[in-house]
Amino acid sequence: MTMNGSNAGGLAGVPLAVTPLNRKDFTSDQEVRWCPGCGDYAVLATFQGLMPQLGIKRENTVIISGIGCSSRFPYYVDSYGMHSIHGRAPALATGVAMARDDLAVWVVTGDGDALSIGGNHLIHALRRNVNITIMLFNNRIYGLTKGQYSPTSEQGKLTKSTPAGSVDTPFNPISLALGAEASFVARTVDSHRAHLTEVLTAAISHRGSALVEIYQNCPIFNDGAFDGLKGPDSGLIPLKHGEPIRFGADGELGIVRAADGTLQTVRVDEVGLERILVHDAHRADPSLAFELSRLTDAGTIVNAPVGIFRDVDRPTYDDLARAQVSMAADSAQRLSELQGLVTGADTWTV
Amino acid sequence: MTDITTLDHVVIRFAGDSGDGMQLTGNRFTHETAVAGNDFSTLPNFPAEIRAPQGTVAGVSSFQLHFADFDIRTPGDAPNVLVAMNPAALRANLGELAKGGIIIADTSDFTARNLAKVGYASDPLTDGSLDGYQVYAFDLTAQTIAAVAELGLGRKDAVRTRNMYALGLLNWMYSRPVEPTLEFLAHKFAKNPSVRDANIAAVKAGHAFGETTELFATRYQIAAAPVPPGTYRQISGNRALAYGLMAGAAKAGLPLFLGAYPITPASDVLHILANAKQHGVTTFQAEDEIAAIGAALGASFAGNLGVTVTSGPGMALKSETIGLAVMLELPLIVVDVQRAGPSTGMPTKTEQADLTQALFGRHGEAPVPVIAAASPADCFEAAFEAARIAITYRTPVIVLTDGYLANGAEPWRIPDLASLPAIDPGFATEPNGPDGGFLPYARDAKLARAWAIPGTPELEHRVGGLEKADGTGAISYDPANHERMVGLRAAKVAGIAADLPHAVVDDPTGDARVLVVGWGSTYGPITAAARRVRLQGRAVATLHLRQVNPLPTGLGEILRSYERIVVPEMNLGQLAMVLRATYLVDARSYSRVRGLPISVGELAADLETIIDEELAKR
Repeated sequence: MTMNGSNAGGLAGVPLAVTPLNRKDFTSDQEVRWCPGCGDYAVLATFQGLMPQLGIKRENTVIISGIGCSSRFPYYVDSYGMHSIHGRAPALATGVAMARDDLAVWVVTGDGDALSIGGNHLIHALRRNVNITIMLFNNRIYGLTKGQYSPTSEQGKLTKSTPAGSVDTPFNPISLALGAEASFVARTVDSHRAHLTEVLTAAISHRGSALVEIYQNCPIFNDGAFDGLKGPDSGLIPLKHGEPIRFGADGELGIVRAADGTLQTVRVDEVGLERILVHDAHRADPSLAFELSRLTDAGTIVNAPVGIFRDVDRPTYDDLARAQVSMAADSAQRLSELQGLVTGADTWTV
Repeated sequence: MTDITTLDHVVIRFAGDSGDGMQLTGNRFTHETAVAGNDFSTLPNFPAEIRAPQGTVAGVSSFQLHFADFDIRTPGDAPNVLVAMNPAALRANLGELAKGGIIIADTSDFTARNLAKVGYASDPLTDGSLDGYQVYAFDLTAQTIAAVAELGLGRKDAVRTRNMYALGLLNWMYSRPVEPTLEFLAHKFAKNPSVRDANIAAVKAGHAFGETTELFATRYQIAAAPVPPGTYRQISGNRALAYGLMAGAAKAGLPLFLGAYPITPASDVLHILANAKQHGVTTFQAEDEIAAIGAALGASFAGNLGVTVTSGPGMALKSETIGLAVMLELPLIVVDVQRAGPSTGMPTKTEQADLTQALFGRHGEAPVPVIAAASPADCFEAAFEAARIAITYRTPVIVLTDGYLANGAEPWRIPDLASLPAIDPGFATEPNGPDGGFLPYARDAKLARAWAIPGTPELEHRVGGLEKADGTGAISYDPANHERMVGLRAAKVAGIAADLPHAVVDDPTGDARVLVVGWGSTYGPITAAARRVRLQGRAVATLHLRQVNPLPTGLGEILRSYERIVVPEMNLGQLAMVLRATYLVDARSYSRVRGLPISVGELAADLETIIDEELAKR
């Protein structure tokens, strides 16, 4: 069930495992080849830990990735998987999800893969609401090609391809997903295992396209990209449905809607807890979720909301498409029906 | 009393404004021709613009029908009869009308203003400029209005039935039965009795006009063509292709998944399959050509028969995914309904210039079987064959058709689907490795790899674009492994030839010195031209290639046994280049790239010259 419980969940058609599985069952025999200290290790470990908890059959799990460091992910998980083409994983996953309602379909992608070369497929998968869960590893850099700036790099980024500083305005992946009509949008961080587990579990349990942006540190080409979150007067802004939006070491900061209609950060003790905005992830209108997404810094990230921005039910593309398709269960019957179509109405006999 | 002249073949072209209903008129006349037992071939021609300005040459839509008492192969070069509903239709088509041909013109629209619009300074119907033709000009519109007057239609609706009046007249002229069309109209307009009755009245009035007027000196009859017994229908290439794909999926017991992005002239395949969802067909109109093939490959990975349909520009965008499918070794069918290029080119005009793209248009060594349909009805066989090869060999297969085949139609003896060969997907269901593991790249005798679909326990595995270790499918950068895998993929595709008919030459007298080799839709013009050449007493051999990669067994020996090899193609010599490179023979290109099928008359004349040259060398 999704969090607001009015629809069949994302795993509704997926058969359950007969005997309990464990982490090792989701570990392939391939040697993991990410750089030492890469955030991808933490995400992989968390993923392998949460998969057995879902209770589904391993053979009904499919992971599709594009190209990039994170897209090596499927090789390390002992499920069905495909390492596909740069940017195209959502398109391939759409075909898998449409063809089969009994599979848990994950997409693994990165900021370059999903937002640059694959931007078109990402937005269309989200607007269609295909029942897939997209893990977008955002390290704000191109790692596999050895350090060029990406579509989420802050403006002015000094890289090999931008020795004088990048001039592009970065994407905010959460804002982009919300603009693309995504029904589930969340953000989490590679190193926060409990939060990562909670968000990914909610995402795969959501029926429809779920986008999870994962802040992921690249120790080689963009080390410390998220260190700003650790400084004084900074940090993650946890979003919890139905709870006031508070953050800071002791929850001393909060978000309010100011007189001019904008969201602003205040000290909770100065305005009173009752004025602090209560998060509503299930609101049909995405405006609040979008406003919250804009609390993310575009340059050096000092503050960023994490958690589930939006989680609403709407019919999925693959369910609607499947409902239009039928096929005779018996092959002779299928052939006989097809014979009728092929013959048509306007015939003559010689 | 009108004389009745017997002909062996006639080419009629119906031409009018885009809104005049010429395609419907042509289709109905075709059906009556079919019922009369003639062989036929048709080709519609319509503007790329959806609503070109009325009464202009750019807005002329036409439908050409070739019917005969023998086995014909093309819609014909020059029409013998032109039905022109307005001055623009006359202007646009007169140049192609055979000398002495018949013109049937509706004078209603031949006003000074309409004539000027298409550049006629004076009325060609009366100024003597058409003296070399048999012209039948009368106010067809006014006669139609008079015929349907008592049925109470407004003038606009009454005028819209004039195409049926023209059809009735042509039915009389060519001794066709009108009953099938009357039944068709009764069915089509069942919910709108006044329109139904008006259309029926118009057909009957047109027929009666021919019968009673003394305007026409002659009416014609064309005897039935000898064809094998069976139940027939007319079918266009795009429809035959869609049915072939469905038949392939059904015989394999797999759902059919089409990923497509709208593109002329391939979109009708999407439309036809989108209308067949009760037959286990899923269609996905993707955001772009890349997503269309990506989703199709994803569906194949999940155990469907994935298909994508496009034309040249879309084919270019799909190259990278075809390469992935080569690496994954999964079934996938990629259909290219070729059109004139490069770039946007001439979207509604035909061409065969994507052959080298299909054969070689990928990076790396990425062999793909290529099948080319020979005729509209053959699109069914080509698609079915593609499904069989794709599933049996776990490979992407490219099917080449073209705009001429896609929109052209011909009689089709409806196949008994139950008697088509079964296709076995042979999914892996058990571990195949020595230690109880699964080796996804273990191969059978045909070198096809093991195909396990998600949901199969114990066979979990990963595939991807990185080079595979032989057998295990694990990532491998080993130099010797890469060379072995490149060789295995090439050998697998080359080995398909062992599973296909050998090359067959058509050389009825056995002493021809000139061999004409074709592929794809040039089958029609080449066969028709060879027939003419042979009727003139000259010997010529022909050979048609439906399977362009791998080339059929025995082709080299045949090529080397002729003194001259001529390769007519609607490109600059792409197959000729392949034959020269593959067999070291002096195959010479006969190139026409006009956006039109190769002219039978021109090809026959040129072949006669070539044959005489070869004879003179003796």
